[in-house]
Amino acid sequence: MDPLDVSRWQFGITTVYHFIFVPLTIGLAPLIAVMQTVWVITDNPAWYRLTRFFGKLFLINFALGVATGIVQEFQFGMNWSEYSRFVGDVFGAPLAMEGLVAFFFESTFLGLWIFGWTRLPRLVHLACIWVVAVAVNMSAFFIIAANSWMQHPVGARYNPETGRAELTSIVALFTNNTATAAFSHAVTGAFLTAGTFVAGVCAWWLVRARESDEARTMYRPATILGCLVALAAAAGLGLTGDTQGKLMFQQQPMKMASAESLCHTETDPDFSVLTIGTHNNCDSVTHLIEVPYVLPFLAEGRFDGVKLEGVKDLQEQYQTKFGPGDYRPNLFVTYWAFRAMIGFLAVPGLFALVALWLTRRGRIPDQRWFAWFALLVLPTPFLANSAGWVFTEMGRQPWVVVPNPTGDQMIRLTVDQGVSGHSAGVVLTSLITFTALYAGLAVVWFWLLSRYVVEGPLEHDSEPAPPKPPGDDEIAPLSFAY
Amino acid sequence: MALHDFWFIALAALFVGFFVLEGFDFGIGMLMKTFGRVAKGDREQHQRAALNTIGPVWDGNEVWLITAGGAMFAAFPGMYATLFSGLYLPLLAILVSMILRICAIEWRGKIDDPHWRQWADLGIAIGSWVPAVLWGVVFAALVRGLPVNADKQIHLSFTDVFNPYTLLGGLATAGLFAFHGALFARLKTEGAVRDDATRFAARLALPVTAAVAAFGVWTQLAHGNDWTWLILGFAIVSQLSAVMLVLSKGGDGWAFTCTAWTVAAVVILLFAVLYPNLIPSTLNPDWSLTVLNASSTPYTLKIMSWAALIFAPLVITYQAWTYWVFRQRISADRIPAPIGLSRRPT
Repeated sequence: MDPLDVSRWQFGITTVYHFIFVPLTIGLAPLIAVMQTVWVITDNPAWYRLTRFFGKLFLINFALGVATGIVQEFQFGMNWSEYSRFVGDVFGAPLAMEGLVAFFFESTFLGLWIFGWTRLPRLVHLACIWVVAVAVNMSAFFIIAANSWMQHPVGARYNPETGRAELTSIVALFTNNTATAAFSHAVTGAFLTAGTFVAGVCAWWLVRARESDEARTMYRPATILGCLVALAAAAGLGLTGDTQGKLMFQQQPMKMASAESLCHTETDPDFSVLTIGTHNNCDSVTHLIEVPYVLPFLAEGRFDGVKLEGVKDLQEQYQTKFGPGDYRPNLFVTYWAFRAMIGFLAVPGLFALVALWLTRRGRIPDQRWFAWFALLVLPTPFLANSAGWVFTEMGRQPWVVVPNPTGDQMIRLTVDQGVSGHSAGVVLTSLITFTALYAGLAVVWFWLLSRYVVEGPLEHDSEPAPPKPPGDDEIAPLSFAY
Repeated sequence: MALHDFWFIALAALFVGFFVLEGFDFGIGMLMKTFGRVAKGDREQHQRAALNTIGPVWDGNEVWLITAGGAMFAAFPGMYATLFSGLYLPLLAILVSMILRICAIEWRGKIDDPHWRQWADLGIAIGSWVPAVLWGVVFAALVRGLPVNADKQIHLSFTDVFNPYTLLGGLATAGLFAFHGALFARLKTEGAVRDDATRFAARLALPVTAAVAAFGVWTQLAHGNDWTWLILGFAIVSQLSAVMLVLSKGGDGWAFTCTAWTVAAVVILLFAVLYPNLIPSTLNPDWSLTVLNASSTPYTLKIMSWAALIFAPLVITYQAWTYWVFRQRISADRIPAPIGLSRRPT
């Protein structure tokens, strides 16, 4: 077994797993902040209950996001030490700043929020969750800026003496157009995830408790809030994805060509919806359903007169430029991950439209199928997020740092150059350990979330509002979360 | 002072922050199951009281490690690459146990069920004991030197990581964290929980002091230079002061402050004997990674310095404010009923 393959499997599994939890954290923190703000302004106990309810779900999820995040930071050095040596001067800075500028805020103020319900004045306590909401999003920016540098290295030069990439402009790194596009796309995806989560859970409760007062005062408004966020996010994903796609056509043409299974360079090729055949020999792929005009628009915003390069031609170009080697990503994975991302994104959008229609003008829906739809829609944004990352990371293979067509050509690294020199057995030990541990924790995570969702916001938090913090510190009670 | 020296100090400061703060979190986790053994009443209430002393702060404390790791990557990428790949299996064990700990702490109270809590407590115990021992082992192994070859690669043998010196290091950090945690519990609780914490601290005081002193003296004699005697002396004096305060039933705050200084001094001692090396090579001193040959460019270090100078004081300020907000002591009899759900819907 090749240690490179094992290391790639480990990175893939741990990263996709980490990013199951992270989008929910990123999107749900601002939504909880909105719920709590509504409660503070209106004093309506329904919004207090929603805040507490989604706050608990948030914490169950947050724990696993943090726990798996440490692995992310450590495994660059552990499994990809040659990569770390090559890029550390550039790539380390955004990671360190993420800790210093974002993650410290997030963790400390979350602690204040969890335990401070009765210790802090209402507005200060509200400010804490807003700090968390901003910090989680800043966190995402630093990490995606680092990742985008691997996709499109800017602000750096190759130093032949040290044999590594070196930072020349931190501003260029943070204003990398790949980073701003990828950040807005990923964060919009996080809002889709959280909006769908709130809408799905509350819509299910809305049907379930349609006879109760809470249906009108709590579940219906929360469903609408979730749907509006999800719908706005779905539209935003189209826009940000389009921006990102256009950049990718310029910066990583191989990735886009393989996403389309476009074998040979063509003018105005059709957009492929369904294919059969062995993708890794792209000539043998049969395109079953194709749509004209879409692809030229995705690439350059025009409907015709666009020449797109095919996988085979790009492969020849790269061989001339970078020497012999296979510069094609796995075509099957990139092609289908791209389509899975778009397909899974459409489901919550459709759900939001249906839910808004069924709750129009004060209506309380009672359809059983709608309750089922609400539950079934919950996993889809998670799947779309995963598919999107699988697409963008598999699509950059075999590169770990993709050469920038307009940048320093020496800043490039393939995965086999970046991997640590471990034996397969050592890496396999950690792969098996992490996979088993993560699988076990995922079961607990899912069970805990579903247990709390099924219990609903009323039973375990019957207090309509916390007591006002007393003036005298010495007798103020603490809120205990553990 | 050159920037790479500044970042050596900054890295040491981040690890000082991590071990001083997370040290008592580990200590609470290590001792948690022993709370309430002697005192009358519901043991679960005592253990919850102990856990809730670190409740609002442990997550923020752990970020010191994340930032230290990021800072090492940014400032000394050569060290980060060689050390993390070289110490692969010990770091894997630390990661796995810290993952267990995070989930166990956060999920323990979510379900009100004794079996559930037993599993969570097991996670907290593993997640506190294993890193408390292994961080000491890892840092001792680093100070002792690792077989870095000419290609900056480490091919580790078992005895590079586990030998009498590193095992003593693991014993010293684990003991020190347990003692530090007991003093934190003593400072943050009242009634029977505080009595327990005082009892643990008194029992741990002498053996821990012996282990820390032995490790410190060994470190000094084998790797130290003249001025590191001062740091060692300071560590021993503050440790002895903590012991005196515990045995004479003196001030809780002062005793805790003393162990905080001891932890800080031990970490500073380890970094001081390391300097100017980052990873001393046991094969050939010329192959050692140093602040000069493993650091980032002055430009990157300058950017990072600005970020640190602006944000580190801010972080320290709001973390200190958190401790102030939650300064109140906790007692077992004032802990409210469990808030978790039952295992099955009723």
